[in-house]
Amino acid sequence: MTTGDVTAVTVHRLGPLDQVPVGEGRAYVVNGVQVAVFRLRGGGVRAVSAVCPHAGGPIADGQIDEAVVVCPLHQHAYDLVTGCSPTGQPPLRTYPVHVDDEGCLVLVTDGTS
Amino acid sequence: MTAQRTRAERLVVIGNGMAGARAVEEILRRGGGERFAITMFGEEPYGNYNRILLSNVLAGADDEAGIFLNGLPWYAENGITLHAGTRVRRVDHFARTVHADDGTVTRYDKLVIAVGSRPFIPDIDGMRVATRGFHQGVFTFRTIDDTRNMIRYAREHRRAVVIGGGLLGLEAARGLQTHGLEITLLHAGPYLMNQQLDAQGGDVLRRSVERLGIRVETSARTTAMLGRHEVTGVRLADGRVIECDMVVVAAGIRPNTELAEASGLPVERGIVVDDQMRVLDEADIYAVGECAQHRGQVYGVVAPLWEQARVLADHVTGADPAAAYHGSRIATKLKVAGVDVAAMGVSSPEPGDEFVVFAEPSRGVYKSVIIRQDRLVGATLLGDVGKVAFLTQAFDRGLPLPEERVRLLFDLGGPPAEVGVAELADEAQVCNCNGVSKGALVDTVRNGARSVTAAMDRTRAGKGCGSCRSLVAEIVAWAADGEVEEDPSASWYVPGIPLAKPELMARIREHGLKSVSAVFAALAPDGREDARSKMGLASLLRMMWPDDYVDERDARFINDRVHANIQKDGTFSVVPQIKGGCTTAAQLRRIADVAEKYDVPLIKITGGQRIDLLGVRKEDLPKVWAELDMPSGYAYGKSFRTVKTCVGSDFCRYGLGDSTALGIAIESRFQGLESPAKMKLAVTGCPRNCAEAYVKDLGVVAVEGGRWEIYVGGAAGAHVRKGDLLATVDGPEQVITLTGRFLQYYRENANWLERTYAFVPRVGIEEIRAIVVDDRDGIAARLDEAVRAAADAYRDPWREGAGPVTPGQFRTALPLEPLPKVPVR
Repeated sequence: MTTGDVTAVTVHRLGPLDQVPVGEGRAYVVNGVQVAVFRLRGGGVRAVSAVCPHAGGPIADGQIDEAVVVCPLHQHAYDLVTGCSPTGQPPLRTYPVHVDDEGCLVLVTDGTS
Repeated sequence: MTAQRTRAERLVVIGNGMAGARAVEEILRRGGGERFAITMFGEEPYGNYNRILLSNVLAGADDEAGIFLNGLPWYAENGITLHAGTRVRRVDHFARTVHADDGTVTRYDKLVIAVGSRPFIPDIDGMRVATRGFHQGVFTFRTIDDTRNMIRYAREHRRAVVIGGGLLGLEAARGLQTHGLEITLLHAGPYLMNQQLDAQGGDVLRRSVERLGIRVETSARTTAMLGRHEVTGVRLADGRVIECDMVVVAAGIRPNTELAEASGLPVERGIVVDDQMRVLDEADIYAVGECAQHRGQVYGVVAPLWEQARVLADHVTGADPAAAYHGSRIATKLKVAGVDVAAMGVSSPEPGDEFVVFAEPSRGVYKSVIIRQDRLVGATLLGDVGKVAFLTQAFDRGLPLPEERVRLLFDLGGPPAEVGVAELADEAQVCNCNGVSKGALVDTVRNGARSVTAAMDRTRAGKGCGSCRSLVAEIVAWAADGEVEEDPSASWYVPGIPLAKPELMARIREHGLKSVSAVFAALAPDGREDARSKMGLASLLRMMWPDDYVDERDARFINDRVHANIQKDGTFSVVPQIKGGCTTAAQLRRIADVAEKYDVPLIKITGGQRIDLLGVRKEDLPKVWAELDMPSGYAYGKSFRTVKTCVGSDFCRYGLGDSTALGIAIESRFQGLESPAKMKLAVTGCPRNCAEAYVKDLGVVAVEGGRWEIYVGGAAGAHVRKGDLLATVDGPEQVITLTGRFLQYYRENANWLERTYAFVPRVGIEEIRAIVVDDRDGIAARLDEAVRAAADAYRDPWREGAGPVTPGQFRTALPLEPLPKVPVR
């Protein structure tokens, strides 16, 4: 990931991947906004906004599989890649996230948020 | 033109809604895919969806994905070129070309126009603003985008006015109400749904709608929108002002005819077509759906479309050049704003007609039929549409009517439902949303769909408003000669693994699967894990392998990860164990100290005779447990919860047995026991039942003579049921043994989340008694041993708090709370 050619992008280092147990999520504050980061069993990482649009549930406490996260309050599901809700809720925001060579979680926001 | 023979003819379809897509489906079904190169134009940037179901999307009952009839891949699979999000401006019927907004010109050999309708916008002052279309806060209700916009706006506003008391307006009102808005429905007509109902029926409907909390104004003509920057209200013709911050205009639809007019095609109210759905005097142009006018009729409902599409396809493909459409007799059956409505034919009688009416406004029931020269010419049913199948058929086919006219409105000990289904004609339409006839359903069953779900999936019957589902089920059962299969997925233990519980358990044992991820890898389709299945599998594995279950924390629901019950604001409730509801002054003092120290906002005595500390923050949980120094009460799990007791024989002057001591003994023995659903127990000292033992998953009642009755399968929650008497035994030891044996039998055999109130009647109390009490199957000793092993494996989870099991186990996931802040690089 390079940032040189894109002006309005901010790169955030969230800390070691080990802070997120396999198959679970943890919440981070990035630029004053809450982001839920998930570590998939298949090895990937995903990041979505941390507040459920349905009733404000804590998304980071939800259960996941390779495709969706399920909010713990009313079991609304959200696609971890697109943020869209197959159970009919407004979408979550998604963020590009990856693990760098040092095992650190890196999240990218476009400068507007 | 000779070259034409060597390549496919070009079929162009303008319009990608229900009519356009259905016409293409019918054409493909007749082999049109080989004959034609098909191109479709749609104004909306999507595949095609069931517009009728937008009301469900608005009400949150369906998700968007669920209403798509054909997604974008369908077009590619069938070799169809789709121009989505592209409006067609003009057809040149001399040059045989279609001119689109994006500048493209497409040649056609055959053309289908299926451009549907648009919302009718009454002439109201201030409806539009010069710069940007509708006034801020004003919506129409026709497309997915309209629906999305309304939902978004509704979230931030409080009061809505819906203009139009027809079907669409009622659906909009009901849908918006589910978003918490106060709704006023303004209808210019004298009563609701005046297109379909008579005045009395309209008034009954009005009462039903008002009972839902929707304010209704009839004969209310809206003359102006108020508000400078956004809508703040509407003014009526009588001068009244109704304040609101959102307006939905649902005052009817008008056929889209601009394209046809601009192209010089014949237009009256709609595009004029002949009996083959061809545009008048045009050999190769067809029109279908709501934009078409046939024999003077323009249809605004979906049912006629199916027949039109069939005739069009028969004709354009040459499958049946003689196919002809003769118009439709409209029978509507739908659920509007939660009320069942069916209407057909004329809505008010003429002199000389027989008019049979039954009205029960307090129940929202209204039925009327109109008979002319011994034929049914009109019917209205509201609230109770049980007779709709027969009436529709009588109306469509002019069947002879019963001499006792009341039999048209009620079943008076007449033939049972099966006979009704058998007598229904093959072409009788069962699902009016998706245009599925009884014959189509029967064919599907004969071609191998042996379950209701399979038949519904293949035909889409029952996938619209759903009001026909019971009829669909009856027809499938009848067609399968009673050999209808249960929906297989309904029997699966969890949705992600296609196995019922006994087979699943057998496979888990056979493969020695001891973790949830191992179960997915071995038994799920493609080894795919499923978030909704994890909790049920974790519970099952823990029951099957009490000693060597491999605990994966992500398989646990949040409650089981942090041993507390999550609340709506993301805080948790903490319920320490108070066995049998008996506590001490020292415990109460500690609870009070902890509650003060951690600012617990609510302390509540629970129905299970315990104390609930509500609003504890996740990060405080380990400290709260440590300072309480009491074991977990398991008020968060699918597990053994509590034993409620009465005062018993020590103090109570009626007490026949020491219920308190027995309750404490039972709780000590089975505390925390994992199960398919929660288990609430009680022991009561006499049949006065102060501990409510008759309505518990397992309840014990002391009776005269030192004996105890054991009841199972009771409930007093959303479902209320008195438990069935399992056995009457002689002493507390026997109570504990039978309790353990029953609980273990339930753990092994109940479906995930199946409470005992469902499990006991499903298996049958005699069967359970034969196995658990009489040991008919010789498994009692094994059950006793299994529950002993599980109970012995009990560890208080609140001891876990000393050091987190996973990193950040108790880190907050709450919004608005300070978290580890991430520095910006």
